[in-house]
Amino acid sequence: MAKVALIEAVNMALHHEMARDENVVCLGEDIGTNGGVFRATVGLKEEFGFKRVMDTPLAEGLIGGLTVGMASQGLRPVAEFQFQGFIFPAMEQIICQAARMRNRTRGRITLPLVYRAPFGGGIHAPEHHSESVEAIFAHVPGLRVVIPSSPARAYGLLLAAIRSNDPVLFFEPKRIYRTVKHEVEDNGQALPLDVAFILREGTDITLVSWGASVNETLIAADRLAEQGIKAEVIDLATIKPLDIDTILNSVRKTGRLCIVHEACRSFGVGAEIAAQVAEKALWDLKAPIGRVGGFDTTMPYYKNENYYMIQPEDIIEGVQKVMECSA
Amino acid sequence: MTFTSKSTITQLQYLDEEGNVVQPLPAWADNLDLLVEFYRHMVLVRTYDKKAIALQRTGQMGTYPSHLGAEAIGIGVGAAMDVEDVYVPYYRDMPTMYMRGATMVHNMLYWGGTEQGSYFHRPDGKLSEDFPICVPIATQCTHATGVASAFKLRGEKRVAVTAIGDGGTSKGDFLEAINCAGAWQLPCIFVINNNQWAISVPRAIQCGAPTLAQKAIGAGIPGVQVDGNDIIAVYDAMLTALNRARAGKGATLIEAVSYRLSDHTTADDATRYRGSEEVNAAWKREPVKRLRNYLHNAGVWNEDKEQALQAECNAKVEEAVQQYLNHPKEPPESMMDHHFEQLVEPLASQREELIKKAMRMEGGQSHG
Ligand SMILES: Cc1ncc(C[n+]2csc(CCOP(=O)(O)OP(=O)(O)O)c2C)c(N)n1
Repeated sequence: MAKVALIEAVNMALHHEMARDENVVCLGEDIGTNGGVFRATVGLKEEFGFKRVMDTPLAEGLIGGLTVGMASQGLRPVAEFQFQGFIFPAMEQIICQAARMRNRTRGRITLPLVYRAPFGGGIHAPEHHSESVEAIFAHVPGLRVVIPSSPARAYGLLLAAIRSNDPVLFFEPKRIYRTVKHEVEDNGQALPLDVAFILREGTDITLVSWGASVNETLIAADRLAEQGIKAEVIDLATIKPLDIDTILNSVRKTGRLCIVHEACRSFGVGAEIAAQVAEKALWDLKAPIGRVGGFDTTMPYYKNENYYMIQPEDIIEGVQKVMECSA
Repeated sequence: MTFTSKSTITQLQYLDEEGNVVQPLPAWADNLDLLVEFYRHMVLVRTYDKKAIALQRTGQMGTYPSHLGAEAIGIGVGAAMDVEDVYVPYYRDMPTMYMRGATMVHNMLYWGGTEQGSYFHRPDGKLSEDFPICVPIATQCTHATGVASAFKLRGEKRVAVTAIGDGGTSKGDFLEAINCAGAWQLPCIFVINNNQWAISVPRAIQCGAPTLAQKAIGAGIPGVQVDGNDIIAVYDAMLTALNRARAGKGATLIEAVSYRLSDHTTADDATRYRGSEEVNAAWKREPVKRLRNYLHNAGVWNEDKEQALQAECNAKVEEAVQQYLNHPKEPPESMMDHHFEQLVEPLASQREELIKKAMRMEGGQSHG
C-alpha cells in the first residue's frame, strides 16, 4: 500500500472520483496545467482532459456561481479556492445561492458541489494566506463543513463530500499537507460525513479539536499522560453537521471538556460545542468547559505568527486550568 | 447601417525594442535629464528586486513577488503622479510605491512579515495617504474609485491611481470600479500591468477580447494600450490621463503590455507551465535595456556612467538591507493594539495572556 501525505490523499480521491463518475469535474485557478499551487490537482488534466479539469478566469465570484449552475445540471463540480482567504468574493453565491437552493425549490434543484480550500496558519505565508474561518460557513444553514486532519481522513472524507448531494465546504489544513505520510488504500471507501473520530481514549478529560491543531492536541495528550492526566482526544472532522453524541458520550465518561482550535476564540465553533455540552450534559461536568483558541486578532504577518499559533504548552495550560477547578 | 458606438484601440509606442525612436517624441521628452532620472530609478528597483529574491532564498524574507520586467510601468506611473495624488497599489507594485515614498526598507518589512512595512511617508515627509500593498485581487480598484469620488466631492484637483494584473481584470471588482468611474466621471486612473500571465494562466484563456484596454469601452471611459516596456509611452499616457482627470473629464484605463520575466512569486516555478523560448523572446523587449540604448544614442549615457550607477545602486540596496535586518522588531502584543481605536475586551485580557505566552516561548517558564 502506498504511503501518502494529506495533499496526495486529496489528489488520490480526486482521481478516484473522476474515474468513477463522469459527472465529476474540477475547476479553479491554476488547477489544470499547473496542477494547483499546492499540487492537489496534479495529473488530473492529463488524465481527464481540459473539458473536465478547468482553469477558470481569475474570479472567485464566478467560481461560486458557475458551480451552482453546473451542479443544477447534475454535474458534481469540485472547485478549488486557492486559499481560504480568497473565498470571500464567492460568499454571495455560497451563502445566498448554494446553501439555499434545495430549500428554496423544495428539493427540485439540488447542488452536489464541493468547495475545497487550503486553510490555517503556521507556514509563514503572506497576508490573507493563513486564515481559519470555518465558523463563518458553519453558521450558514444548508452548508456542510468538513476538515480532515490525516491522509486517510482526507481521502475518505473527500470521497464522501463529492458523493454528497449537499454543498460541502472542504477545508484542508495546509500546515500538515506534507508533514506525515500514512498508508492509504485507494479503495473508494468513503467515510461518514457526520461522525467524529476518537483518536485516543482517556478517562480524565475530553479534548476536541480539528484540522492541524489535532497534531498539537495529541502531543499535549502525550505530555499530560506523563503527568498522570489521561486525555481522550476527538478529531471533530465534520464541523457541520456536528457529531455532538460522540462528544457527549466522552464527556459523560471524563466529566471534563477542553476545546482546541486555531481560529479566533470568540464566536467560533468551540463556542457552539460548549453551548451544546452545557445544554445537554451540564450535570455530567466536573469543571467549567475550557477553550484554547487563537487570539481575537487578524492573523499577524509571519514575524509574529508563532505567538498566535497554538502550542502544546497552551493546551496543557488550558487542561491544567480545567483540572484545577474540578470538584 | 448606423453606428451607435464605434471604438478602436491602438497601442502607444515611442521606442522600439532596440531603443530606436518610432515616432516623434512628445515635447516633455526633450528633457533628457528627466529620462536619465527614470533610468536611474529603473536600475535601482531592478537591483533591489534581485536582492529581494536572494533574501527570500536565504530565509531572510518571506514569499516575494518580483517586478522584473515591470520597471517601466512602475517608475513611469509613479513619476507622473503628483505627491498630492493617491496611489492604490497591488502586490507587484514596489517600483510605483518606491516612487511615492514607500522605501525599499518598507517593502522588505512587508514581505519580511511585519505590518510595519505599511506605515510610510510621502517623499515630502508628510504621512502618506496611499494605500498599503493589496493582496486580494482587484479589491483595490473599488478603493481607488472611492478615493476619487472623495476628491470629486471636495472639488480637489487630485487623482486616484490604481494598478492591477491582467488576470485581475477578470474579477467583478475591476469591472464594477471602472463602470462607476465612468458613470460618475471620476478623477481615477486604472493601470493594467498586462504581463501575460496570472500565475500559470496565460492571457489568452483569461479573456476572449483581443485587448484588455477595450474593457474601458463598456465603462464609457477612454481605454489606451501602451507598450509597457517603453517608459516614454507609459509616462506620456499617464500625463494625458492625469490632465484629463484634473480637468474634470473623468477616468482612463491604461493597459500596459509587458511580460513577467520572473516566476509569479518566489513560491512559484514558472518552468512548469511556460517554455523558455517565450521568455527569451520577452527579454529582447525588456524595458531597462531599451531606455539605456536610447540614452546612449542620445549621447547622455555611456559605459562609465553605467558602471558608476550599478555601484551606486548596489550600495543603496545594501544599505537598505542592513536597515531592514536591524529594524527593531515589534513586540508580539502589537498584534492586539491596532484593531480598534481603544483596546477593548477580550483583546485587553488576551494581551496580558500573550505577554505571558511570549515569555514562556522565550524560555522564561516551562510546562509539560
Ligand atoms: C481574490 C484572490 N484570488 C486569488 C488570489 C491568488 N493569486 C495571487 S496572484 C494571482 C494571479 C494574479 O495574476 P495577475 O492579475 O495577472 O497579476 P500578476 O500577478 O501577474 O501581476 C492569484 C490567482 C488572490 N491573491 N486574490
